[in-house]
Amino acid sequence: MTIEAEGRDVSRLDRVQDAPLRLGDREFESRLIVGTGKYRDDETMVRAIRASGAEMVTVAVRRVELDRSKEGSILHHLDPDEFFILPNTAGCYTAEDALRYARLGRAAGLNEWVKLEVIGDESTLLPDVHATLEAARILVEEGFKVMAYTNEDLVTALRLEDAGCISVMPLASPIGSGLGLVNPYYIREIKSRLEVPVIVDAGVGTASDACATMEQGVDGVLMNTAIAAADHPATMARAMRLGVQAGRLAYLAGRMPTREIAVPSSPTHGMLD
Amino acid sequence: MPLQVNGEERTVPDGLTVRGLLVHLELVPELVVVERNREIVDRSRYDEVELEAGDRLELVHFVGGG
Repeated sequence: MTIEAEGRDVSRLDRVQDAPLRLGDREFESRLIVGTGKYRDDETMVRAIRASGAEMVTVAVRRVELDRSKEGSILHHLDPDEFFILPNTAGCYTAEDALRYARLGRAAGLNEWVKLEVIGDESTLLPDVHATLEAARILVEEGFKVMAYTNEDLVTALRLEDAGCISVMPLASPIGSGLGLVNPYYIREIKSRLEVPVIVDAGVGTASDACATMEQGVDGVLMNTAIAAADHPATMARAMRLGVQAGRLAYLAGRMPTREIAVPSSPTHGMLD
Repeated sequence: MPLQVNGEERTVPDGLTVRGLLVHLELVPELVVVERNREIVDRSRYDEVELEAGDRLELVHFVGGG
């Protein structure tokens, strides 16, 4: 039994049961999705991804290096039978570019899924939500399964769901920042209002961030830099896997209410004279 | 014949098909997606689509990304 399955089957503890993560027509045991960028080498990447337990990984579409053909496709290192490959539109600043990259990704022939990302500002890498929405509508029309990266704005999230996205992916904080979950309230609000799975994408820095994010009740977390830029990526990947599981279990467990005053845990009666 | 491949001017043998170009460049056709003059060439047609002088080609594949 995988650790994910073991983590999900907590019924023998408390009759609390989790379901797999359902995205489109597929099910995933792991609620952690990881990126494949920024690793110091391919071997480190593969080891970290295996340690993360992720079943879905994101990839980017880029020009082939014509004079260094040996440094080929990432598919030389990641077997699409082992990992579900999610092509992204990272680096696109217009809806038109995002459509072009999404179509190229689909033409690779693995699947019709896309992580849609349209950036609106170079210094914060915050999304252009208007362009994202415009591209999402067209891609859904063309039969894509769209997982849309967006900011933590409820109204945009609702519109993306209306557009037919199979998942809405608000950020925890800016891409690559490692600032963690800056707006838990907005993330909870989005989760409570959407029917499609909510995956928090970008900004997680360490395992406690992953845990705190999952504690909000979201369906999953997507991260890249937090693992790739750690001193020991595979070890951080393992920490993230456990952090995501811990956060999910804590959410399912139903946390105690917070109080402004202390309440003793031990009996106040039966004390000695 | 002259082609523009990934933004670079290249001279390749006349009459190459898409597959012929990929083989000429020592690429694995199964891992490369080809856009010819802004239109994606379906992989099942790599053998039949003949390139013409001046074609603008983008050859892309999957790389690491988040």
